[in-house]
Amino acid sequence: MQPGVDGIRNNRGMTEQVATQPTASPTSPTTPDSAADILTVAREQVLERGERLTYDQILAVLRTSDEQLEELLAIAHEVRMRYQGPDVEVEGIISLKTGGCPEDCHFCAQSGQFTSPVRSVWLNIPELVRAAKLTRDTGASEFCIVAAVRGPDAKLMEQMRAAVAAIKGSVDINVAASLGMLDADQCQDLADMGIHRYNHNLEAGRSYFPNVVTTHTWEERWETCQLVKTTGMELCCGGLVGMGESLEQRAELADQLGELEPHEVPLNFLNPRPGTPFGDLPVMPANDALRCIAAFRLALPRTILRYAGGRELTLGDLGTRDGLLGGINAVIVGNYLTTLGRDPKEDLALLDELKMPIKALSDTF
Amino acid sequence: MTSISVDAVFCPRCGQPLGPAGIASGEHAVCRRALDLEPPRYCASCRRRMIVQITPSDWTARCIEHGETTESTWGPA
Repeated sequence: MQPGVDGIRNNRGMTEQVATQPTASPTSPTTPDSAADILTVAREQVLERGERLTYDQILAVLRTSDEQLEELLAIAHEVRMRYQGPDVEVEGIISLKTGGCPEDCHFCAQSGQFTSPVRSVWLNIPELVRAAKLTRDTGASEFCIVAAVRGPDAKLMEQMRAAVAAIKGSVDINVAASLGMLDADQCQDLADMGIHRYNHNLEAGRSYFPNVVTTHTWEERWETCQLVKTTGMELCCGGLVGMGESLEQRAELADQLGELEPHEVPLNFLNPRPGTPFGDLPVMPANDALRCIAAFRLALPRTILRYAGGRELTLGDLGTRDGLLGGINAVIVGNYLTTLGRDPKEDLALLDELKMPIKALSDTF
Repeated sequence: MTSISVDAVFCPRCGQPLGPAGIASGEHAVCRRALDLEPPRYCASCRRRMIVQITPSDWTARCIEHGETTESTWGPA
């Protein structure tokens, strides 16, 4: 299925909302800011007053021209420096259970519903501990364990319990987790294990989500995110851009994340994977990706904004640098779940050159 | 980056037969570039789908017939 704007319009407000969910229509002023003055608005509203951009304002940022990009990134960088400081949070991620997922997230090579070449496999605990040690040696303060599942079953929870205990027993690093949708008991159980942060992405703006996933709803994801926030774990929640969504839907994702107020937002750029429904989509243009970074920073001035998957393909080395000077203040080092990343030494050398120290473990509590 | 054996018969990314030009040119040039940021998924000798495990620092690909390959993706310290 190819995503399209018509389908999205039809899907707007299609489901009943629960009390904790945001309104289907973006909340924002009725007068849209023009592309010409949005940079002035961003400077006064976000940089000076610390107030996030509204939906219409985010959209205006996404509509700025290439000629305005340098100034836009500079403002986003100033916002990051003022409200987050120069430190960069470094994280490694690892797949505990790869492939064979029953869900149909159209960007994901780990779905069992597509003809992706990724085969199902579990990683053992000694390998997890080894990976955590190597990740820590880069200066990273976060190590996120990920499983390709709809939600954790009893076996996975027991694996997590053993893995977290083994890592905490030998490596000085925060352990994060991403295990799909949770119920309240599972959420509390993970918090009790000592999980520092839980990742559960919205993936896309609410109106575009049915074009991306059909086996569960955006609202289910929102509810897990709300549950995580009640347990004391930090919430990590982001999404992907470049999946065929419109600028309006891109702005919607940033606005809804702003409303959710996660501790961290990982920003992924679609890396079209062979065999998936989005496998033939084009790679997002670098300037569009940089505009997204700035827009998300201005929508989330006090949130950790992390480079996640797809940045190597979408931005390359030069763009990676531009993003770090345009609102990004966290990176994933090394490889991803099914694809490879840069050598961490390249990222760490870049941070050193930009005089952006790695956030110390002691600063993350 | 995934290194490719000169003896490869099948493309480790798409599993299709490699012609005389190998993976460096022709229809597999795209695969060659993609393997800069991907581990192999198919055995280059028999085109079986391999079991691949990725950690932040390396990957391991296992073919039930032709064994296991591990490559570090981090350069020397």
